Amino acid sequence: MTDPLMIADTALSSRLFVGTAGYPNQQILLDCLAASGAEIVTVSIRRISLEGYAESLVDLLGGRHRLLPNTAGCATVRDAVLTAELAREALETNWVKLELIGDRETLYPDVEQLVRAAEELVGSGFTVLPYCNEDPVTCQKLADVGCAAVMPLGSLIGSGMGIANPAAIELICSRSSVPVVLDAGIGTASDAALAMELGCDAVLANTAIAKSHDPLRMAAAMRAGVEGGRLARLAGRIPKRRFAEPSSPQLGLVGS
Amino acid sequence: MARLRINGVEEEVAATTVVELLTARGVDPTARFLAVAVNGTVVRRSEWPSRPLSPGDNVEIVRPFSGG
Repeated sequence: MTDPLMIADTALSSRLFVGTAGYPNQQILLDCLAASGAEIVTVSIRRISLEGYAESLVDLLGGRHRLLPNTAGCATVRDAVLTAELAREALETNWVKLELIGDRETLYPDVEQLVRAAEELVGSGFTVLPYCNEDPVTCQKLADVGCAAVMPLGSLIGSGMGIANPAAIELICSRSSVPVVLDAGIGTASDAALAMELGCDAVLANTAIAKSHDPLRMAAAMRAGVEGGRLARLAGRIPKRRFAEPSSPQLGLVGS
Repeated sequence: MARLRINGVEEEVAATTVVELLTARGVDPTARFLAVAVNGTVVRRSEWPSRPLSPGDNVEIVRPFSGG
């Protein structure tokens, strides 16, 4: 592992997190996860169907990936904390992707409740990765209460609109004391590359892969995008100029 | 028989413990990745055989699903 991502003293081999929802079928999901190279994959926690008990998704993913449960859909501190506690019991992990939704239509986080839930979960021994607004102050507050990373949104969940406010993401990355994982809004591989070039430590993608015309190819593209963006970030982009600067030598022009 | 709220639905059940409830609903209590909460508090797997259920209890039985 030459360039590991460190979160809560854990070295991760991949900077691409992948969600597991919305794939055409479970085999395509498994193939996409393999093609993405993702180590961390997200899952939700839901009531079981009391009508019948079938094989769990987790049985299929077992051992191959590090499962990161989310609290998707939770709208109160109480529900989010209980969901995290159930996830810890079900999956034997104290990691949680904390989502606290303030608005059902836009799925924007409820920042005030999010910070409270994060603080409570950190106090209960959780490694908390909160889905949050692309706002440096919110990210700072979440880091201050002990979150292991922050996951600012690029744009609305599932929208595929990419990074709506690159300047804000860059600002968050430049100031954050914890890793920054861009979450939500990724539409294609160049969005993931941009996130990494702006300084994000990792990217989470789900719908962009699952709903692509060719999910397997998009999973590979996301992997390449994240890796390319990371390399470019480490290499450093050249300054932008207002005028042309010839790249070929000025001396020895034919006919001069 | 006790009237419980199970995953959001009120039902009359004969079960008196978490294990009995799971078994009665066709859920294998030894299956991995299950979690149970009663009245907003997680009941650890080791306590499922002994945790009594009382009328009015609110039981959540969950497991991981796909998610983003």
